Amino acid sequence: MTNTLHRHGSAESFNDDYIVFAIPARGINDTNAVEKQRRFLEIARKYQPVNMGDASHGAIFRSSKELNPTVHWRRQAAADFDAVVNGVSSPSTVAAVFDNPDTVVAFIKELKEADLGLSINISAALDKAQECGRRAGLERHSVEYSLGFFGQTDRMADRQTLELATMCGHGMLSSNFVRKLVEWVKQGRRSPQEASATLARFCSCGVFNPTRACRLFEEARK
Amino acid sequence: MQIDQQKCVACGNCVAICPMGAISIDSQKNRAFVNADECVECYSCFRGMSMEKLNPILVRSIRRLLKVFRLRFDPEPDVCPTSAITPDELSWPRIVRRAFSDPIVTHESTGVHGRGTEEVKTNDVTNRVGAGEAGYVVEFGRPGVGVRFRDIEKMTRALAQMGIEFELKNPVTHMMTDKKTGKIRDDILNEKILSAIVEFKTGIENVAAVLRRVDEVSKTLETVVAVGVATRCDQTGGSALDAILNEEGFSFVRGKTNLGLGHASL
Repeated sequence: MTNTLHRHGSAESFNDDYIVFAIPARGINDTNAVEKQRRFLEIARKYQPVNMGDASHGAIFRSSKELNPTVHWRRQAAADFDAVVNGVSSPSTVAAVFDNPDTVVAFIKELKEADLGLSINISAALDKAQECGRRAGLERHSVEYSLGFFGQTDRMADRQTLELATMCGHGMLSSNFVRKLVEWVKQGRRSPQEASATLARFCSCGVFNPTRACRLFEEARK
Repeated sequence: MQIDQQKCVACGNCVAICPMGAISIDSQKNRAFVNADECVECYSCFRGMSMEKLNPILVRSIRRLLKVFRLRFDPEPDVCPTSAITPDELSWPRIVRRAFSDPIVTHESTGVHGRGTEEVKTNDVTNRVGAGEAGYVVEFGRPGVGVRFRDIEKMTRALAQMGIEFELKNPVTHMMTDKKTGKIRDDILNEKILSAIVEFKTGIENVAAVLRRVDEVSKTLETVVAVGVATRCDQTGGSALDAILNEEGFSFVRGKTNLGLGHASL
């Protein structure tokens, strides 16, 4: 999966966007991975991530299949961390999203001490990720660069829409839906926080960054 | 995916939700419907939308009444009020749409989970991309455009002509009838999917030529192509790709950084 590689935006727009994820290597070290992945999520939870998820079983923000009509006036956007931690049942990719580098460094230091054996990656601006690693006492082992988009790029949405929509790299956020929510925020029909929470429910891996989304909605409103 | 015509109240919420724009409202029937040819079975509508189980007749009556007074209810935009979204039973070849579009589903057609592989995310354990090598992830259809396999095949055939060997554990490679030529099986060529990733590696000295070829072929496709390239770093965290990519005129800001904490036994 390259679900966090090709987020759209300038270097500055990634200042509050750090995804740390843990993944076992299939057929090599995945046999006892479930407990290690739960441990990763429990450690991450202590650092108050803005999102967290398990690629196979869902994130802290989820849709509900049993709503009642009062939801239209009193929508709850509570994060369910327990559902993610307890939901891990098979080797997968687990991720936690942070909105500042200091927290990432502290989290990485604790992961280093915990020695889980899972591969730990940071998906972020490359220089910021390298800096976080170094502050935690680690040099990067491997690096993957996003080179952006080729081909029929005129079929892509506008910059503002892409910055929000590409935060679910699996493409679950439609451009039309993002545009609709941007318009609603501009019209005052929803707050940036409410619009961000709505989008977050569509990202089942938990890599959508509600803090960054809120900031982008605020910028759109100005 | 289908919209249950007995339940649908034509609220239109699902229209904006569909990443492929495959859902619209039939103004004659006053119901939403899915364009099956454009639907990629990503399940974004079914899984992402929250559901109420209101009585459709009651909801339609209330909507008609409000319309008389030129009023409009402002519902939550991600809710289907009558649980009208209904998954289909999928069979071959349509099932590949879901396998390549729904991130939750295990890759039923290939036995491989997800659209790609572990790339360099587990390179500290697998050493899949070694020193002096470059790994590539060429992704089609994302963001928000979608792709048919016939377009992917144009790229795999062009890459194969360069002597590229495709990653064997990758789902697209599993769809090839001839991995030497990049030929993809005929019965899925017209299937539309949300995205697919072609993966391979070369010596680092071939990076410039490969990226130029990918750029050339991308221009002939009806979709968008997102490209990633990876390598193993040296002891100081340095990457030989920096100079090559700079020379080729690429600006690179974002990426994935493997911190090297993985090991073979847990």
